[in-house]
Amino acid sequence: MKPGRLKQILLLTDGCSNHGEDPVVVAALARNQGITVNVIGVLDDRQSGRPQGLEEVESIAEAGGGVSQIVYQKSLSQTVQMVTRQAMTQTIQGVVNKELQEILGKKQTIEELPPEQRGEVVEVVDELGESCDLEVLVLVDTSASMHHKLPTVKDALFDLSLSLNARSGSNQFSVYAFPDPKKTITKMVGWTPELGEIHGIFSKLNSGGYTPTGPALKEALYAFAGKPLDERLRNEEDPYEETGF
Amino acid sequence: MKKQVFDLSPGSRVTGKWSGRVYTIIKKVGAGACGTVFLCRSHQGETCALKLGEDSSRMMLEVNMLKKFSKVQGVKLGPSFVDVDDWVDRSGRTHPFYVMEYVEGASVADFLKAKTKDWIGILAVQLLSDLENLHNAGYVFGDLKTDNLLVSGSKVRWIDVGGVTAIGRAIKEYTEFYDRGYWNMGSRKAEPTYDLFAVTMIMMEMGHPKRFDKGTHPQKTLEHRLVSSPILKPYKRVIQQCWKGDIQSAAQMKDSLSGVLMKRKKTPASSRQRRVQNKKTENVELAALTVASGLFFAVSIASFFL
Repeated sequence: MKPGRLKQILLLTDGCSNHGEDPVVVAALARNQGITVNVIGVLDDRQSGRPQGLEEVESIAEAGGGVSQIVYQKSLSQTVQMVTRQAMTQTIQGVVNKELQEILGKKQTIEELPPEQRGEVVEVVDELGESCDLEVLVLVDTSASMHHKLPTVKDALFDLSLSLNARSGSNQFSVYAFPDPKKTITKMVGWTPELGEIHGIFSKLNSGGYTPTGPALKEALYAFAGKPLDERLRNEEDPYEETGF
Repeated sequence: MKKQVFDLSPGSRVTGKWSGRVYTIIKKVGAGACGTVFLCRSHQGETCALKLGEDSSRMMLEVNMLKKFSKVQGVKLGPSFVDVDDWVDRSGRTHPFYVMEYVEGASVADFLKAKTKDWIGILAVQLLSDLENLHNAGYVFGDLKTDNLLVSGSKVRWIDVGGVTAIGRAIKEYTEFYDRGYWNMGSRKAEPTYDLFAVTMIMMEMGHPKRFDKGTHPQKTLEHRLVSSPILKPYKRVIQQCWKGDIQSAAQMKDSLSGVLMKRKKTPASSRQRRVQNKKTENVELAALTVASGLFFAVSIASFFL
């Protein structure tokens, strides 16, 4: 098996969407396009208990075939890299399970193999996680309540790049912020192999009082393809052809 | 992502789905990142540790590591592997589990409470000898921290090999305080120096019982914390060398630390002896002076008469 290219959207938010189309639907759409959607709900360090609206975090990730987690600001760095890695493993396992079913016929998954064979398969999955190429589009909710958390977000993204760049596979990152009054999302950092130099990121933001998570996710899908999705489809070209193994 | 904590009451039996072997739970001994560890009795009456988890792949990777280490000849790296299987609970859900040697011992903090500060260096040297073997076998420990260590018979041992990574790969599991990436002191690539940094942080923790955050200037924070601990004073140079990258292997660091430990010291007993000796020489000097002055006196009296 040759390692392929994995595509992920990582959504960082602290509240529920209140504008535009349903983000859960858009996440399902992303999954169909071979893009995994992971969601991290960021709580204030002083916040106690689970605030309302964060159930959405789980639903979006579930529909997007990804991983979700709700964390306090202080553990954001470690969570961001963990969620990304876990989603990678999950995707690779999904692909391996499909292959297993093709080979063994029945509904066979890694978990159901006898320990001996399972031991060999997990090594393959691990190896793929180390060597596959990865593209992560980070989508940051920069609405007013997130403002004071943005320095932590910046640190966490630097840390994510540090973790993933220790792998032998190549990485591409880009960072987008929402809401943006005109274009729904604003490009903060274009595709780059490292998030080391992101000074000044999030410095000029103009956010309104709404959280259009669904439309933002959709724009992120377009951003992934490089040009508007419908244009690509009109050209009868599948922008996600490379996805998979 | 959800942490599942199992509560199996003493006397419960866990039966392997594949092998049919039965383990009887004695008590719960801890809960780790990906499972719960129980003390158990095997069908042959041996006492073992049984880890019950959720994430089958991760558990399996751990098993692969444990197996690999029982194969490294002569040296025992980590607990020995006993068995791996799945357990189907009463509700029909399947949980992966594995069984390994039960290591009994004290936590590093508890062990050090009753000991002199020399033991910080001794434990570090012991840890480094094990790391030297592990690195020579082509692996890095990864998630090296006091929680993953036990002191058993005055010898430090590691009990969780979940973070062990082949050299050259990416570190997948780490704890920020011990991670050089967190402190801006290097990459998260699995290199021997990654573990050496963690060893210095374990030593730092022994000098500062409360862990501390990196603050705005991580390296300055470390430097300041190192200098401010009197207990760490003897090891200061070695730790600094390690941070600067002057120490590249476990063997080199072990030698440097052994050098510190072997240095002749002014123990209270020998300094008292020296004081006694000093007194003696003082007495001799005093006597000589008396004799000399006596002689001078005698000579001057004699010269008077002559």
